[in-house]
Amino acid sequence: MKVLLALLLVLAAALPARAQDAFLANLPRLGAGFGEQAAAAEELGAAGDPRALPVLQALSDGRLLRRADGSLLIQSVPGQAVEAVSGTAADPAGAETVRINNRVRAALRVALGRLQIVANDPEARLTAVQGVLRSRSASDIPILETALARETVPRIRAQIELALAASRLAADNPDVKRAAIAGLAANGSDTARSILLESRAANPALSDEIAAAVASIDRTLALRRAAETLFQGLSLGSVLLLAALGLAVTFGVMGVINMAHGEFVMLGAYTTFLVQQACRDIPWLLPWSLPLSVPAAFLVAAAVGAIMERGLIRHLYGRPLETLLMTFGVGMMIQQAVRIAFGAQNREVLSPSWMQGTLTLPGGVMVTQNRLWIIVFGIAVLLLVMAAIRFTRFGLEMRAVVQNRRIAATMGIRTGRVDALTFAFGSGIAGMAGVALSQIDNVSPNLGTGYIVDSFMVVVFGGVGSLAGTLVGAFTLGIVNKVLEPYAGAVLAKVAVLVGIMLFIQRRPKGLFALKGRAADS
Amino acid sequence: MAPRRRPYTTAALGAALLLLALVPVLNGLPDTHALHVSDFIVSIVGKWICYAILALAIDIAWGYAGILSLGHGAFFALGGYAMGMHLMRRIGDRGVYGHPVLPDFMVFLGYPELPWYWLGFDNFPFAMAMALLVPGALAGLVGWLAFRSRITGVYFSIITQAMTYALMLAFFRNDMGFGGNNGFTDFKDLLGVPLNTRAARAGLFYAALVSLALCLLICAYVVKSKLGRVLVAVRDAESRVRFLGYNVTSYKLFVFVLSAMISGLAGALYVPLVGIINPGEFSPGNSIEAVIWVAVGGRGTLGGALLGAFSVNAVKTWLTSFAPDFWPFVLGGLFVAVTLFLPKGLVGLLRRRGG
Repeated sequence: MKVLLALLLVLAAALPARAQDAFLANLPRLGAGFGEQAAAAEELGAAGDPRALPVLQALSDGRLLRRADGSLLIQSVPGQAVEAVSGTAADPAGAETVRINNRVRAALRVALGRLQIVANDPEARLTAVQGVLRSRSASDIPILETALARETVPRIRAQIELALAASRLAADNPDVKRAAIAGLAANGSDTARSILLESRAANPALSDEIAAAVASIDRTLALRRAAETLFQGLSLGSVLLLAALGLAVTFGVMGVINMAHGEFVMLGAYTTFLVQQACRDIPWLLPWSLPLSVPAAFLVAAAVGAIMERGLIRHLYGRPLETLLMTFGVGMMIQQAVRIAFGAQNREVLSPSWMQGTLTLPGGVMVTQNRLWIIVFGIAVLLLVMAAIRFTRFGLEMRAVVQNRRIAATMGIRTGRVDALTFAFGSGIAGMAGVALSQIDNVSPNLGTGYIVDSFMVVVFGGVGSLAGTLVGAFTLGIVNKVLEPYAGAVLAKVAVLVGIMLFIQRRPKGLFALKGRAADS
Repeated sequence: MAPRRRPYTTAALGAALLLLALVPVLNGLPDTHALHVSDFIVSIVGKWICYAILALAIDIAWGYAGILSLGHGAFFALGGYAMGMHLMRRIGDRGVYGHPVLPDFMVFLGYPELPWYWLGFDNFPFAMAMALLVPGALAGLVGWLAFRSRITGVYFSIITQAMTYALMLAFFRNDMGFGGNNGFTDFKDLLGVPLNTRAARAGLFYAALVSLALCLLICAYVVKSKLGRVLVAVRDAESRVRFLGYNVTSYKLFVFVLSAMISGLAGALYVPLVGIINPGEFSPGNSIEAVIWVAVGGRGTLGGALLGAFSVNAVKTWLTSFAPDFWPFVLGGLFVAVTLFLPKGLVGLLRRRGG
């Protein structure tokens, strides 16, 4: 047992000792003639020992000194130096600078480039791997293997694996090449694809394997692109959902056309800006200003909505065209008031740190965090609205008034109060949509106008009076928009969607989720 | 609903048009004369006349047939673009780049030759016909699709708003071949008369005024005919008219297409007067602003549409000259005040006063 342990210890000590041996053996040669220097630099570079890095760097910078006995010193600033072997402080007096020529310089450049792969700074390592990836020679294989064994950062590991496969493809052994092709196919990135395509000319014997690998990468890439398009569509869809949910309540449930809806969204975005300004002086509160804005924006927009309903809209029930014109006028005034109060220029609303950056999902699909949060937020608001209509006293009264106003009144429901609350509720949802939009769009007085036509389309497409229809309509329109975009461009995609909706309501004039039965008559 | 005949209304309208006809004459007086009006007044009043034609078009659709289109600005702009294309072709080799055929923006964007849909626009009668036919065809298509599946009321309004919005987005694109963002400008002459001269302004002014009078006569004839009675009936009780055996779709389609063609004519007259057309004319806000002229004047009466177009635009010109920030409040306030307090507009107010 003791013998075994001792043996293990010796082995464990011997492994790094061998590397050190190469380092120690080559070190003195750096002080010898130019041919020796170049050969030593090459060997040190290939060995991948991080301790060689400062010595070679010093030699390259002309800071390597040699004592009369041949031992080497690294000079940090004139008058201060350390031993090249041990790193202990030493007196540079009497030592002379080691000279190099162009041949040595070239060897040093290659060696340093490779050695960066084992540097301490992860960014330097990444740059070095990318450099190796560009050169792609079989001689890089050993150092890449050494580096891979040491590497712990996943992002850099993936790059090293890619470089390793690319270098192995440049090797002579066909079996190694086949393994490399398989590795590149598994990697599935654009870079792997172009490496494979470039290697075709040099490897006519392996053309079938390469073609298969490229095809497999193409499938992966197509899937990834489809997933990313889907994500973008969902994210646009959830923006539309947020903007249209409030309309689904005011237009769908109450039958009130509110052309000022976009302005309520805009008020929500400006509330977000104001809450952020208020939180600016309280550092611990600042990251939470966005969640705080959600109820604030709801209340502001709901209050304006309630005032508008009681003061104006109430007098125009049963006259939808007049309501449309009147609310447009109110929207115009709100927009101008905001323009005068805040100026016409864009206001900046910052994203909290937990919403920034991108997330890589399995399969290499990249998604931006703030878009992901907006999808989550959109669904959450939808569920909240559904729950409020289904389970609360207010929701019950609202449904009762929608179904039969007079009987509801007979039952003691104050229909006027329910009208005001419903309109305020729909407006408040628009305000919450403004919080989300402030994260992805410019907060300016005409923020809402860009969304109003689209939101109406969502409601008409999904079916007036149906929240499920709004959900399906929003996501369908979002995804169709994003799918068409690469072929037709953003503007024509939008035009195509509008034309598509006009044709769609030929077939289904009441929308995707038409109300059936008695409710459909009104 | 049909108003009783009021002979003095027709007399007042005729007198107003004759009064307008005096404007270019007064412009021709020497500058020092007490009754002289400036060139600015001539072109601004000319603009209002074009707006009045547009208001008339909206009124026969909305006021008489109950079709509220929020996309009439699109028909107006399409008529304007047709005229703009003619004016661009007439520039010939006098453009900045001096190309004999291609307009400047096409040279700039590297068009090898004239797109096919620009052919023929160097011919004035063809361009004028297009200014009427293109809006008419678009209205025919949209109207047929909508009325056939019985899309009415606010749904139709939203669809037409989406239509003008989509057209605005499309015309903003450079590769549409309509000058993108900048549209058309730098026109030189029309029918051989250099624009921006006193004679051209007076000519355009009278062309607009005569068109207004003609449109007024056509609309008056339509609304007073049996057809007009049916349209009013459709407005008031669409289902009942359908059950009585009338083909409601054709009636609505007819008035909508007529209305779009009149709007196209207004646009074609407007462009040489102001000297520019760009995709901003398609913006939904423009269409809805035109609707409010009719609402302010009093829908369902032809005189009301004219009164509204002139009065709202006069206030706008006056107010924006010294307090442009305040204008949206006034316009928005008009939307609210008219719908809440003056459902019959200024004409209704005058009638009530008149007893």
